[in-house]
Order: sequence, then structure tokens, then C-alpha cells
Amino acid sequence: MSSGLVRDFEKLLGSSAVLRRPEDVLLYEYDGSVEKGRPDVVVFPTTTEQVSRIVKLAGTYNVPVVGRGAGTGLSGGALARTGGVMIVFARMNRILEIDFENRRAIVQPGVVNHDLTLAAVPHGLYFAPDPSSQKSCTIGGNVAENAGGPHTLAYGVTTNHVTALELVLPDSEIVCVGSKHGDAPGYDLTGLFVGSEGTLALVTEITVKLSRKPEAVKTLLAIFETVDDAAETVVDITARAITPAACEMLDGWTLRAVEDYIHAGFPMDSAAVLLIEVEGLAEAVAAQAAAVTEVCNLHHAREVRLARDSAERELLWKGRKNAFGAMGRLAPSNYVLDGVIPRTKLPQALRRIQQVGEQYGFKIGNIFHAGDGNLHPIVLYDPRDATQFERAMKASAEIIRYCVEVGGALTGEHGIGMEKSGLMPLLFSDADFALMRRVHDAFNPDCSLNPGKIFPLSKGCGEIRVRPQSTHDSARK
Amino acid sequence: MTANANLASRLESLLDPSQVISDPAVCAEYSVDEIQPAAVARPASAEEAAEIARFAALEKVALIPCGNRTKLAIGMPPARYDIALDMTGLNQIVHYDPGDLTLSVDAGTNFNEFAVPLYNQKQFLPLSVPFYFESTIGGIIASGVDSGLRHSYGTARDFLIGAEFIDGTGKLCKSGGRVVKNVTGYDLHKLLIGSLGTLAVITRLNFRTFPAAPSSRGFIASFRTAEDALVLQKMIADSPLSPASIELLSPQLMQQFLDAEKNSTEPPAAPLAGKVSANFWHLCLSVEGTPEVCERCARDLTRLVHQPSAKNPQFTELSENEAADFWHYIGQAVPLLLEASPAAAIFKIVQLPARLGPLFTRLSDLAEQAALPHSLMARACGVVYFALLPAADDADSIRRLIEAASAIFQICVREGASSTIPWCPVALKRAITIWGPALPDANLMRRLKSAFDPQNIFAPGRSHGSI
Repeated sequence: MSSGLVRDFEKLLGSSAVLRRPEDVLLYEYDGSVEKGRPDVVVFPTTTEQVSRIVKLAGTYNVPVVGRGAGTGLSGGALARTGGVMIVFARMNRILEIDFENRRAIVQPGVVNHDLTLAAVPHGLYFAPDPSSQKSCTIGGNVAENAGGPHTLAYGVTTNHVTALELVLPDSEIVCVGSKHGDAPGYDLTGLFVGSEGTLALVTEITVKLSRKPEAVKTLLAIFETVDDAAETVVDITARAITPAACEMLDGWTLRAVEDYIHAGFPMDSAAVLLIEVEGLAEAVAAQAAAVTEVCNLHHAREVRLARDSAERELLWKGRKNAFGAMGRLAPSNYVLDGVIPRTKLPQALRRIQQVGEQYGFKIGNIFHAGDGNLHPIVLYDPRDATQFERAMKASAEIIRYCVEVGGALTGEHGIGMEKSGLMPLLFSDADFALMRRVHDAFNPDCSLNPGKIFPLSKGCGEIRVRPQSTHDSARK
Repeated sequence: MTANANLASRLESLLDPSQVISDPAVCAEYSVDEIQPAAVARPASAEEAAEIARFAALEKVALIPCGNRTKLAIGMPPARYDIALDMTGLNQIVHYDPGDLTLSVDAGTNFNEFAVPLYNQKQFLPLSVPFYFESTIGGIIASGVDSGLRHSYGTARDFLIGAEFIDGTGKLCKSGGRVVKNVTGYDLHKLLIGSLGTLAVITRLNFRTFPAAPSSRGFIASFRTAEDALVLQKMIADSPLSPASIELLSPQLMQQFLDAEKNSTEPPAAPLAGKVSANFWHLCLSVEGTPEVCERCARDLTRLVHQPSAKNPQFTELSENEAADFWHYIGQAVPLLLEASPAAAIFKIVQLPARLGPLFTRLSDLAEQAALPHSLMARACGVVYFALLPAADDADSIRRLIEAASAIFQICVREGASSTIPWCPVALKRAITIWGPALPDANLMRRLKSAFDPQNIFAPGRSHGSI
């Protein structure tokens, strides 16, 4: 890294907005995934113009750039796989406008997801995408990864709530796509950029839809003696076209870990629970809760418990949303998968995960968005043991391969990043990659922005040089 | 034309001769904006369609993919047009998993072909767009038209979960998949919605389907002015109610519905005449859910319209038969308006809901000044269809349309709305661009077009910025 570039950054942003000492940049070499990738310099812009000038300067020195929000991502999307400049959006964290009448908000990318909801709630509105990390993750990161969350079952993922973006392209041009109203003429560029994992442009301003808080909410906790019964319940709820706002599953093993940690009220002796929420008009909620309860009972639920008040409801959700954190109590590290399957295949998929765990000698837990078939098997391992990591990755790849075999996909909400890029050929042909490559190059021709993501290394940027410390790729081959 | 003279015979070397048509009378049926292709190719598989695309890329001839051609008029006249690629031979339901609520269909499949099996499972796709009953699913997606149900179900971008298509190099590609939640790779399928065949030839589309509501009810609140109707619309938006659709119809549009009913060869099951008057602006609402939910909505709506702030509308509930007929008219307002004038120009204007009022006034003032009959339908989300309906298709009408269109584009720019003219006479397209003012991201769209279609063989010139 040229010291000239660092000096230019300090001149542009002030020295307090530039980190370059190894002990400082070390903090930015990881995210929520098992990957690592250390930037050479970390910068904190406060305006779009600064972002554009950072990109231009980096281009002059031929140094790659990667954007980052809160670093809560689970696929290595916000890691500097080939080093270079990391733009952290933490200081671009203003809510620029809330248009209550038209239910829109315009935010900078560093705004924390839940903070937008907190700002909108006094007017009966909220931001619907609710990743488990919503109290720390940023909306810019949500946009890059097209983040989901439990309630996306009813309300859709991030892309369904974004109407316009301001972008800085890899050539430093600032450009706006989409429109505040959300039905702009021409190609749906907003739809392309959301979920492009920071490989096409840096997002500097986001216009989102706000949703109205439902009149009534009921949260049910259905307790089962077997995982199969819980899974069959989910299949049946979907098949009967009951449309809960959220339908989450926690298997017994993981819920015990969560309960030890959060004390959410999960039963310690059950094989699985479903956390099901129904929302809407009071009449609709009553009917749906009754229908859900009936299906649960049909599949031998031991008990279907209705949260008495918002405090109990919030506690149950706290248990769910902090579940991955609770896993830290069981093993030094864990690897969270994100495969998706057709919902009719849920019972057999869970059985298969169990088998894979036994085959590779791992305990694999399951806490996931059952209602939309988005699995999150959690493989617990000790990273200090290289062979364990290697086996964990192999077990994970086998589970993902199974998801694809039954008609599913590699990732439902976490993104491909650097973690799953090697698995992309399971789904995509050479022709698919060639087109994706051309689309990539239409915006990011020199691979100067977030190199080494999404595309398998063999099909990505030709010149990419991955640093030895930055990846576990060798373990995954 | 010499290059095109033996186009048909060269296509016949790729397909069975019965799949290639060069008869000028048939080719004329595939004309786009009065430009006729030299040949029509009817592939029976995605591979055959890809073969034709590879041929087109090699020979640098232009093709326009089409289905039943009900919405081929949308877009600018093609810069080149040699081959009509008729995709109706690809017409299978590939996969329907009612338990998973997912559907995969070939692009040339007629809407009714899959609507029936869905209906049998009490499911549906909320795509009752203009001409839907005679449309292919590929045409519905490529033309980017919308339906009133977008109010509650969103547009195709919210439930199209994957696609297969042929890119401009003639390769079969895919994006997304058949699961309801998926962030694997770029969302290229979203780009196909409304792309008018300029990016790729769609061969297959995957959707999430929706459970049909057990019951629905329809209501009309009638007002003297659009402004008054918008007050109630806002009150409903601020209430806990979530209607399936809310549309505002101008008095002129209601008159067209009544005329259509009068002229219909089939007697209506429940006539609208006598029930609604063409002297009012009508806010039309449908609600759906269990009978209890519908009853609650009916109760709340009745309470809302009787509040002093609601401007005292006439409030009517439609019977089941009336509602069925009425929502058919609303859904098919575009075809009806196109029939109402020999030179109809229908604008699609999109504005934020809270800013609709002033826009309506300006639009109607402008049409009055131009002495052009007009008609309007506005969805509560802010999508407005505004029709100018000259009595004749003559030079004077076209001149007045051109002036009015330029003025409407200017108004929309000032008001921060977007405006295009999806349907209008070809003469208007020769004078102005139907896409309205240049877009700030037009350059990015051009880059994308080159990525998908490097040789510019797909429907060149039809989309924004002459893409």
C-alpha cells in the first residue's frame, strides 16, 4: 500500500477518518463468517462525494476497494479478500428523510436497521426486513446482501422494500437508480444492485418503503416431541395456505443452548419448537392463530403456547434472534449455513442434515426460517484444529449439495461472498457465469470493487491474487 | 432487403420448414409499429430458440420475441426487425408444487393454461393485467404491465423467483431458482420484467403463487371531485385496513364502462347501469379474506365514509356478480380505452400517493385546453393511467397529441413524477419518444444491454434511450 495514497486519504478525510496501523486494521479482517481478509487501510467517509473521491484515489493507485457496514455479514462479503482500501460506512449513518405520508425513508448506508424502525414507529410505521442482527447491522449491508429475517416470510426480503439507490461506481461516478415512488421506467437497476454484494457499486443513499404496523399480533410457541412432527407441521401450514408472518424452527439441542443463555421460556425437554407469528386485522389474526394451532395439534404438538403479552413475545424473539450468539457457549466456533429448499422437502432435509452430522462427527444444530425453507444448519467446530475445520467445510458442502439436488439454492439471505463462491458451479453453468461476468464487467470492469466475491476464483477476475492469510479456500477444495 | 430475401430459407436449415413462415400476409400479423419482419420463426424448444438467436448474432439480423402479441405495441418502433420469434410453441407447465406454492412455466404458455390448475388448488398469480386472458406469461413479464392487485401483492418483481432465457450470444442462461427465498448470484431475472425483449429471449419463468382468499367484497365510494376521493383514500391508508385493491376512476372512464356494457353482445349478469353514475369520481375498493375479515372491512369502511371529514360520498357495496363484472372492466380498462378512440394515447404516470391531487387537475386542464377527450384511472400506490382519446386519427389529432404529450412530460418532470406512453399511435412515436425525458441512469441501462446482447440483435431501439 502506497503511503502516498494514505496521505491523500488523510488530506481528504482528516487523519481521524483513516486507519492504517496493523493493530487497527486487524479489527476489520473478519465479519460474522469464518473467513478473513485484512484491508491495508480503512477509511470512514461522511459524504457521497468523499466516497467518490476515495474510489478515484484508490483507482489512481490501482488498489481495490471494498465497502463495509457493521461487519455482521455471514458470507465474507465485507472482507478485503485481496487487501486494499476498506470503506466503512459507520459515519454515514443519518436518516435523511422520513416521508410518513408516502411511507418512504431516505437513509445513508450506515444507518442501523433497527434505528430506522425506532424512528418510524411513533408514526405507526416500521422497516420490515428484520435480520437477526437488526440491532447492529446497517441498511447498506442489508442492501448489498439482500438481507432477510424471520418476517420476510410475509413481507419479503430487502429488495422488496428498496425503491431507489444512490451509487458510486468503480470509476467514481455518482449515479442514482430507481425512484422514490418505486416504479421507474426502464430496466430495474435497483433490483440488480440490491443483493449484488458490493461487486457492482458502492451504495451511498437508499430509499426504502416503510410498512404500517399491523393492528394485531399473536405469537405462538408450538412444542414438539420429535423434529419430524415440527417439520411436518411446517409443510402442512404452507400447504394449507395459512400465511403466518414468521415461522421459525429451533431444534431441541439448540434451543437448550439458547435457553441457558437467554431464559426466553423455551422448554428444555422438547425435540423442537416452532415460533410462529400471525399479524394483521384482529379477525384475521384470530382465524390464523386457530388454524395454526389446529395444524400443530394434528401433528402431535405437546403444547401450543400463546405469548400472553408483548414482554413474553419479545423474550421469545430475543431467544430466536440471539441464538447464533448462544452457540458460542457450546464450541469455540461455528459455521452457519444458509441453504434453501422447497418447503415440501423440509422433513427429509432435516433428516439428511442429521445424517451428514453423524457421518462427519459433528453436532449440527438447526435454528432457521422454516416457513420459507431457508435452513440454517450450524456446524460447531474448533478452528484451532485444522482437520476439524476441513471436515466442517466438507460436511457443509454436502448439505448445500443436497439443497441443490432437491431443487433449492446455496443461500437464502446471507449471500455468496467469498464463503460459497466455490459452490456456485453447483447451480450455474459456464454460460450463466459468462453472462454474470459481462454484467459485472459492465459496471466493475477492472474488478477494483470487492474482488474475489460471488464468482468462483477460476471464473472471476482474471488477475485476482488472494492473500495467504485471507481465506480458508484450501480447506474447501 | 437482399440480406433478408433468403432469410426464411436459411432459418429453415435450422428448424423444420413448417416452423418458418415467410408468407407476407402472415408476417404482416407480426408487424411492430408498422414494421414487418421478413420471417416468422416458431421454435418448439428453448434449444431451437437459442439456435435462432445464435444465427441472428452471427448474421447480425434483429429479432423480436413475442407471444400472443397483445402488448407488442408497447415500445418505440424497432430500429431493425428481421425475424419474429414466436415463442408460443414453448407452452408447458414445467413444475407446479402446490404444497410449496411455486410454479414454473414455459414463456409461451397462455395465462389461462396455468390459471386453471392454480385455481383448482385455490391458488393464483396476481397478474390479471390488460389482455391477460389472451396473453402468454412471457409477454406479461416482458411488457412489464401491472394489475390492480399490486396494491396488496406487489408487482412481478416481488413474486418472480427465477427465469431461464437466451442471451444475445445465443446461450441458454438462468437466474434465481424455484425457491421462494434466494440470494444466489445476481437477480438478472428482475431485469427481464418490462425489458420488452431487448435483453434476452425469455424461455421459462418461475413464480411463487398465492393462496386465493376464501371470500372478497367490492365497494364504490362516489365523489364530486377527485380531491374529495383522495381524502377518503388517505383515511383508508391511515386505517388498519389493507384492501386488495384501491383504484380511482374518472367520470369519463365510468362512462366508458357503461358504454361497453351497453354495447356488449352478452347481457351483463348484474348491470352497472343504474348502480353507478358517470357524473362522479369513483373510488373502487376490493377487500378479501375470511368472511369475518371482509365483514370487518365493510363495517370500518362504512364508518369511515360517514365521518364528517370523508366529504359525504355515495357509498355502495357491489353484489358478487356486479363486483366480478366491474373488476373485469377495471382490469381491462386499457383495451377498452384503446377501442374508444382510433388514436388513443395512454400515459402511465407514476407519482407519490400524497401528490396525486394537483397532478390530476393539471392533466385534465391540459386535455381540456387541447380539446382532447380524456379518461383516467389511478391506483392508490400512485400509478396513473391517463388516456387522451381523439375522435379521429388525423394529422390534426396527432399534432394535438404531440403537443399534449410534451406538456405532460414537462408537468411530470416539474412534479417529480415519471411518465411514459405505453400505448399510442405510431405517428406519435415518430415525432417524440414515448419514454419521456431522459433518465439519469440511461447510460447504465445501455451498458447492461451490451452485456446481455453484445450484437444488439434483440428488439433494437424499442426500450428507453433507443436501447
